[in-house]
Amino acid sequence: MKAKSRNYYLIPYVLWIALFVITPIVLVVYYSFFNIEGDFSLENYQKFFTPVYLKMTLSSFWYALLITFFTLLIAYPTAYLLTKTKHKQLWLLLIIVPSWINLLLKAYAFIGIFGTYGAANKFLEVMGVGGKQILFTDFSFVFVSVYIFLPFMILPIFNALDELNPSFIDASKDLGASSWRTFSRVVFPLTLDGVKSGCQIVFIPALSLFMLTRLIAGNRVITLGTAIEQHFLVTQDWGMGATIAVFLIIFMVVIMLLTGRRKRGEMR
Amino acid sequence: MSDQTIIRFENVTKQYDNDPAVLNDVSFEIERGKFYTLLGPSGCGKTTILRLIAGFISPSKGDIYFNNKKVNEVPANKRQVNTVFQDYALFPHLNVFENVAFGLRIKKLKSEIINQKVIEALKFVNLEGYEKREIKEMSGGQRQRVAIARAIVNEPELILLDEPLSALDLKLRTEMQYELRELQRNLGITFIFVTHDQEEALAMSDEIFVLNNGKIEQSGTPNDIYDEPINRFVADFIGESNIVEGVMVEDYVVRFTSKTFACVDAGLNQNETVEIVIRPEDLEITSPDVGKLKVKVDSQLFRGVHYEISCYDEDGNEWLVHSTKKAIVGSEIGLYFEPEDIHVMRLGETEEEFDKRLEAYEEGSYES
Repeated sequence: MKAKSRNYYLIPYVLWIALFVITPIVLVVYYSFFNIEGDFSLENYQKFFTPVYLKMTLSSFWYALLITFFTLLIAYPTAYLLTKTKHKQLWLLLIIVPSWINLLLKAYAFIGIFGTYGAANKFLEVMGVGGKQILFTDFSFVFVSVYIFLPFMILPIFNALDELNPSFIDASKDLGASSWRTFSRVVFPLTLDGVKSGCQIVFIPALSLFMLTRLIAGNRVITLGTAIEQHFLVTQDWGMGATIAVFLIIFMVVIMLLTGRRKRGEMR
Repeated sequence: MSDQTIIRFENVTKQYDNDPAVLNDVSFEIERGKFYTLLGPSGCGKTTILRLIAGFISPSKGDIYFNNKKVNEVPANKRQVNTVFQDYALFPHLNVFENVAFGLRIKKLKSEIINQKVIEALKFVNLEGYEKREIKEMSGGQRQRVAIARAIVNEPELILLDEPLSALDLKLRTEMQYELRELQRNLGITFIFVTHDQEEALAMSDEIFVLNNGKIEQSGTPNDIYDEPINRFVADFIGESNIVEGVMVEDYVVRFTSKTFACVDAGLNQNETVEIVIRPEDLEITSPDVGKLKVKVDSQLFRGVHYEISCYDEDGNEWLVHSTKKAIVGSEIGLYFEPEDIHVMRLGETEEEFDKRLEAYEEGSYES
């Protein structure tokens, strides 16, 4: 009886998962088997392994990697400094607040800043460097992406650092390790879980970025995300769009499995 | 100061911002090859002393000497000192072998030498064959041993132990007391042990420093401190004590509870107000007419080895008695004690004055 009544509580959850997780995935997989004429075929999958799409996949991974790398490069020291400040929760909040602002708004703000007559160019002129094309470059794309993803990377790393038992640092120094050695042999390995979840949170969405590629990179950067958007909205080739989506889902699952499993291994 | 001195504190004060000093003008010397204990209630400054020696913090005032070299500003990683932390601070991402090898790897020793030293150190703490274990798989007592192995493998001149037994259960704690003591004797390294457990301190140490409120109240061998506590705090903190007010009538005669008694203390002013300490185990239960004190039994607890009997005399002073004999609650009994059992404490006497007085009258008594 008890077990049965407990099952009723699961109904909303199961419904939600079925409607908003399983159905879309099934639909995406289903559509991926139809070519542009609406016939059932494996054409789309063959097409995915042509150089055009493979290059796109490669470039998606490359940009996602760049974005994750630079985000980590900035986030780790920031998180580290945050744990050393007096009012760390307040500082953390200040860093997180920008993530509450709509992504589109932030993107348009950067168009203003990086535009030909924007603040960045004005500054360069004052400095005597002269105006530069900043918007619609790889640089601006990576820069804005890093800016947007930064809080998501800082948060898990900050938590990991904050939970780190300070006596580990004492112990390391006590055993003769310099500050750098203490960092590389004790602090970093022990906060690796935070780094991993941060990288996951950044890398996976970065793989399928599409709005920023158009607004900030001016379609010079074409990632899998952009390709999906174009296929669904412009060329109306839903089958091909769905196929790319299927591959994206597979990539994400693989990445999560890889980072997740290692994490558990290290913990024990 | 001799060649035997390894650590010397000279008027060391440690103060954070404008808070009251954690450590107030402390001076002492630590000799090579002995087992020292810093004993005191929490917040007395004992861990601060340890952290000062380890180099995690530096003194606000005063100097610390290590082998006669001033080390105030020498960072922890440059000191020939290793610490066993209260929570052990074993690195959870490394296994037992790598934890012990950590210090050796920092020194960049050859891997064969590291291997040999680690295995030797683990053998010393009876953990052979545990090299590949993860820290999580080890019990509290085993972690304790790993922490000790991690310290001794570096062959430091001094090992600091910060309440390392406090997380263990009673039986294991007693076992580790023996082991630690033996380990220290076998290695011949100086140990500085921090604890708030007076029994632990008495059982293990060559010398005890009793601390309170950032000051050293008394230092000496366990026997000295137990038998001749310098003031009320030490008497109360080390073991159970009956402390009553008294008056020193003349040398070797003291008056308390409106009676005069023979005692073995001298060198005090006539009619000086003093405090009297009699240990509960020195009080013997007899019949009321034979006893030196007449008291009424108030309550009684069975403590296993002895009965703890709480009595009150006619003046309302409480007398705690440890006796293997049972008493009857509510009955009148007599308490008997020898003159040597009475310990007289001067009010506000410093350790130096106390030692001087002790020497003076001991010499005097030998002459007579």
